[in-house]
Amino acid sequence: MTTLDLTPRTDQSPNGAGADTVALVGRCLRRSTRQLDTLLLAVLLPVMLLLMFVYVFGGAMDAGMDYVDFVVPGILLLTAGYGSSTTAVDVATDITGGIMDRFRSMPIRANGVLTGHVASSMVRNAVSTALVVGIAMLIGFDANATPVEWLAAIGLLAMYVAALTWIAVAIGVVASGPEAASGFTFAILFIPYVSSAFVPVSTMPSVLASIAQWNPVTPVADTLRGLLLGTPIGSSGAQAVAWCVGLLLLGWVAAAALFRRQH
Amino acid sequence: MTAPIIAVQGLRKSYGDVTVLDGLDLEVARGEVVALLGPNGAGKTTTVRILSTLLRPDAGTVTVAGYDVLRSPGAVRAAISLTGQYAAVDELLTGEENLRLMARLAHLGRAEARTRPAALLELFDLTDAAKRPVKTYSGGMRRRLDLAASLLSRPQVLVLDEPTTGLDPRSRNDLWAVIGDVVRAGATVLLTTQYLDEADRLADRVAVVDHGRVIASGTAADLKSQVGVAHVELTTPRGVERIETDGSVSDVRRILADVERRELDVSAWAVRSPSLDDVFLTLTGQPSVPELQETR
Repeated sequence: MTTLDLTPRTDQSPNGAGADTVALVGRCLRRSTRQLDTLLLAVLLPVMLLLMFVYVFGGAMDAGMDYVDFVVPGILLLTAGYGSSTTAVDVATDITGGIMDRFRSMPIRANGVLTGHVASSMVRNAVSTALVVGIAMLIGFDANATPVEWLAAIGLLAMYVAALTWIAVAIGVVASGPEAASGFTFAILFIPYVSSAFVPVSTMPSVLASIAQWNPVTPVADTLRGLLLGTPIGSSGAQAVAWCVGLLLLGWVAAAALFRRQH
Repeated sequence: MTAPIIAVQGLRKSYGDVTVLDGLDLEVARGEVVALLGPNGAGKTTTVRILSTLLRPDAGTVTVAGYDVLRSPGAVRAAISLTGQYAAVDELLTGEENLRLMARLAHLGRAEARTRPAALLELFDLTDAAKRPVKTYSGGMRRRLDLAASLLSRPQVLVLDEPTTGLDPRSRNDLWAVIGDVVRAGATVLLTTQYLDEADRLADRVAVVDHGRVIASGTAADLKSQVGVAHVELTTPRGVERIETDGSVSDVRRILADVERRELDVSAWAVRSPSLDDVFLTLTGQPSVPELQETR
């Protein structure tokens, strides 16, 4: 039997908030490795859609280029959207499961729990996006981007993931439970359809076309396409960055405020 | 006389029209074990959540280890550990990983953070299950792991919200034994319970809570003497008959002899100690009816 000291500790050794956050990020990354089915779904779902779009609908599509090239940037946004939105389920699980009470009654900044989920979402999405790009290349996706353009595309995707993840966190905080939070993942899956992600906006009926014009996914998809395939970007780049930064701030502020209010 | 480690004055909390805490007062001395005893909805959990900085009171003051819960929540959190009604552990991590994480967040020194999780797993008989994900654990194992996590930081005040609800008798006894060790090491324990025997076994002092106030406070023996007496309970074809007794052997023998003489058709009999319901009946003049679920 190991001797175990149970004497009350009266001194306090406050760690930096940094060390706490590192521990909480580690926790969420470890959780991700235990949920490989979630990661697998985050790869398989977009890949199935990719195959269906290219091989079933692709022949009938006239996008002004190889349809596989046109659709891959859209599929990447779908991947990122789905991969980010599952964070809502993780956050809701923490809050309804009781572990959040423990974190909140410990001498740490409890917001670090949310940061942990966001950081692991970024890592998870990097993995699933890389896998989807790899599979897309196998079926003929032919990017002609320079290293700098690749970096810019990765940066844009990272901003998109961060924005959607923080919104997912806010939804996870207010959701009544993991089941309710999972509804968000389905909602997010449908948003890219009415945008330029899968078909050119000019081919849509006028009502849908104007919705698609205002869909944040449209400028992000156009920019990504421009960076990877060399199509004109125009004002889409600035719009895409503005949308991502705006949604990121909105999600972050909302998540922090809702989390504090629950107190 | 030293200042109490927990001091609660005039605590109030309501949700809409429902008053949960209605001017609750409580003092706990350093090293003391106090049980908040009461039915569901009495306000026990709400009190514990305010004490642990999880909930803000509408009115009243609460200090823990000399710190006000509203002004210095960080210092209060450093002094306490909370074990709630729901096992606050990560289902996907193993028992060992859970304790390692909590050790880091409890800001243990390097050496302690390495040795303490293993020692606590051993104390709670979880060494064999240490490398298994918590989702494979039974309810009792989860509660034990939860309490182990609370003891990582060597808290000055251990707050236990219904620590043994839903546990089998053996796990219950084990848990009580560990809580005894913690108290002997000098910690203060505040626990809530619905069971008089649990309060009896663990607590130096029992505070009976009803409708958001402490309506009586004293040792378990005090409370029982207020309720008065035990009963001999006879099950007969006509129903259950209760005869008062002082619980002594000679008195019980006298009653049973009397029963035999009357040739009653008794299918079962037992000596019943005062129950929580008896305490409530005496103290409030009405049975303890659970009126609303405790608010999370």
